[in-house]
Amino acid sequence: MKVSFTLNGAPTEVETDEQTPLLWVLRDQLDLKGTKFGCGKAACGACTVQVDGTAIRSCSYAIKFAEGKNIRTIEGLGNRDNPHPVQQAWMDFVVPQCGYCQPGFMMATAALLEKVPKPTDEDIDRNIVNVCRCGTYTRMRKAIHRAAELHQSQNLKK
Amino acid sequence: MSAKNKVSRRKFIVRGGLGAVGLLAVGTYVFRNPIRRSVLEVAETLVPPYSGSGMSANLWFEITEDNTVKLYSPKVEMGQGTFTGLAQMVADEMDLTMEQVEVVGAATDTGVVDALSTGGSLSVAQLWDPLRELAATMREMLKTEAANKLGTTPDQLTTEKGIASNGSQSLTYAEIAKGVQEWTIPDAPDLRPRSAHKFVGQPVKRVDLAPKVFGDPIFGQDAVLPDMLHACIVRPEHIGATLASFDASEASSMPGVVQVVDKKDWIGIVAESYPQALAAKAKLRVEWDIPKVWTEAEIREMLTVGQGNKMVTQKAGSALDPEDPEVFSLEFSSPIGAHAQMEPNGAVAHVEGDKATIIISTQVIGITQNQVADALGIPKENVNVIPTYLGGGFGRRLNTNHAVRAAQLSQAVGKPVKYFFTRKEEFQNDTFRPPTHHIVRGKLNDAGQLSGLEHHYASGDVAINSVIMPAALHTILGTDVGAMRGGNIQYDLIPNHRAVQWHTTLPFATSWWRSLGLLANTFAIESFVDEMALRAEQDPVAFRLSQISDEGEGKRLKAVIEKAGEHYREGARDGRAMGFAASIDTGTPCAQVVDLSVKDGNLTIHKVVCVMDCGIAVNPDQVKAQCEGAINMGISAAMHEKMTIDEGRLFPTIYGAYEMALMKHSPRDIEVILLEGVDRPLPVGEPPLGPIGAALGNALRRITGQRFTDLPIKLT
Repeated sequence: MKVSFTLNGAPTEVETDEQTPLLWVLRDQLDLKGTKFGCGKAACGACTVQVDGTAIRSCSYAIKFAEGKNIRTIEGLGNRDNPHPVQQAWMDFVVPQCGYCQPGFMMATAALLEKVPKPTDEDIDRNIVNVCRCGTYTRMRKAIHRAAELHQSQNLKK
Repeated sequence: MSAKNKVSRRKFIVRGGLGAVGLLAVGTYVFRNPIRRSVLEVAETLVPPYSGSGMSANLWFEITEDNTVKLYSPKVEMGQGTFTGLAQMVADEMDLTMEQVEVVGAATDTGVVDALSTGGSLSVAQLWDPLRELAATMREMLKTEAANKLGTTPDQLTTEKGIASNGSQSLTYAEIAKGVQEWTIPDAPDLRPRSAHKFVGQPVKRVDLAPKVFGDPIFGQDAVLPDMLHACIVRPEHIGATLASFDASEASSMPGVVQVVDKKDWIGIVAESYPQALAAKAKLRVEWDIPKVWTEAEIREMLTVGQGNKMVTQKAGSALDPEDPEVFSLEFSSPIGAHAQMEPNGAVAHVEGDKATIIISTQVIGITQNQVADALGIPKENVNVIPTYLGGGFGRRLNTNHAVRAAQLSQAVGKPVKYFFTRKEEFQNDTFRPPTHHIVRGKLNDAGQLSGLEHHYASGDVAINSVIMPAALHTILGTDVGAMRGGNIQYDLIPNHRAVQWHTTLPFATSWWRSLGLLANTFAIESFVDEMALRAEQDPVAFRLSQISDEGEGKRLKAVIEKAGEHYREGARDGRAMGFAASIDTGTPCAQVVDLSVKDGNLTIHKVVCVMDCGIAVNPDQVKAQCEGAINMGISAAMHEKMTIDEGRLFPTIYGAYEMALMKHSPRDIEVILLEGVDRPLPVGEPPLGPIGAALGNALRRITGQRFTDLPIKLT
């Protein structure tokens, strides 16, 4: 079937089986490799993207549900010239080690900050539930608090 | 610098290129592994040196026209920060800025690859001398050539930020290198003293930070070749099962399926997309021969002290008598551990005639090249293995023979093929951390000191049967040197102490898992020592310090214990307590203090203080990152993780069911304090995994009164 949606701000149409997980459409049909395959069962969060601002696990999200939706991936979060506050904070604290799970964490964090602009440690514990095998959690927590500050000051300037 | 670490200048070969100039050298430095050296000197002579694919010369550096120096790293980057450390060393010796150094992983066709592995926390430590010498040699070559071009002498020139200058005239390195056909190779160059380092010793940002923050396609999973197909493999779920028969009639006609490849002992499904390959796999009817349905109890029984191959790995004084009423003993155990690295294993392969290209996340580039060449029956020079960034290593990618299957599938369909594991296959076909069993015995004298301490431990394979260890080594050593990590007693002033290893090969693969035996061995010994300190009514820090001499690495071990001890407070208050533990691994001592509380059965880790002496910290921020990561991984292993055998199958097979530490379980704060007890870099990535399990258990002992002896620790 044909599915139309907005991807990182651009109108996009793909032709594929309606059950194909969004993850594989992004990675292999649209060649956006920043969204990662970790488990295929929505259990690790490496494939996290945003659909209409909500963090979802794209490995278990059939493409048919994407019709008319606004999808954002790590490639649309920010770029080297204009990093998203989450990406800036991640660089300030040098969070990534192997880096494989990091796009998923950043997408989940960016979605959290839209709903909870100043998350407490408990908010972070409850909402950021992806898996990082390198164990960057301790730095990530600091980076999330920093990202919240950057995000708020950015919003104030708007 | 030892003679063996010297790079042979005779073998420098320099070749002019089109638009770029390469400096080529055959690496001749020898792999030196302190683990094995500590066992027997023989290891050093058995391990092969670094090598490329048999080409006459191998590339280390390349100067590009934009005045960037490209370093072709023989080691891969799996998160440990090696690329950044190497770039810092090169920048300092060649007088470059960090931005002027680019690090890429060498492929077997383009550079010097590690013929053995990236692992053992050794990359920066091992390359410290040879890489700096290579870089300094290149700097002097550039100066000599610049002097020729400017009509002056090298001693009139200074180099800075990639430019050689005599005050009035200057040339960039790219300008110097352009068009040069013959270089003059200088004699032994001076290495920069510590005082001249601008980057070594500084917390510079990771060189791979931006690609990892902006989602660049840098991993093996992200590799794409034109016309590439996607594949999955059908493999048994039961331990020891083999393929009996299969019916592919339905699977073959599924949408997108290109070919069901029958390799007799395994089946591959190649399709236009990965979801199509998986859908077809679900329709394949397979019969398996299951010779035996293994149980958890059977595996446990095999791994019991007293079973298997016995080897005394340490012996001083006389043995304790287990019947002596004054001898106290405890039994400990650790479970099967999964690597659970986030990027599944796999490879992109393209076989064309008698040539093969393999793009892969691997810790063993050279060995993978050999495996593919052997399986396809082609010369290894015809196999180009291109390493990518690794989505986690932790030892899992020290065996990447799945590259062979990708190559065979590509050969079968005549196109490039990407093949990788599902998560279930990862969990069922891991090269697991072996389960262990320990009996620790000790005896106190009248002064409240240990007069005897013994560690008897049983483990499955770690180093034994591994592709990176020469088989002959085991015959010579008789022991599993990987299982032995952390197994010996570090309290050398105890008059009677010994360590005895019992080794058994299990019916499923067990192998390297970050820090090898260190995690479980230190948990057993340091929990026991803590218990003895309590029985002796002594401060656990002072108790440890009084039983370590100044011999060997004792002074440095005592220094980290003393420093960490400043952060330790004895006793529990309102459900909150600290735990202390220390270990020394590959020459790097580490002591940790855990501050935690238990409320309504829930554990909160407030803070971990980690004091480590890894010598020179080439990048202190990344050394700290390694400590933080190791502590979180150690907490995960000690408090959560456990694989079991479920009716002959490894279980569980998915994250979540395989419980791991998440954000909510991680310490709110980790403070890393680095000591510099020697003037060279020592291993970093694994040693901080040693103390954490025991430190957790020791803190919980003070809160609950219970001595936890089995990993993972379960609070009831």
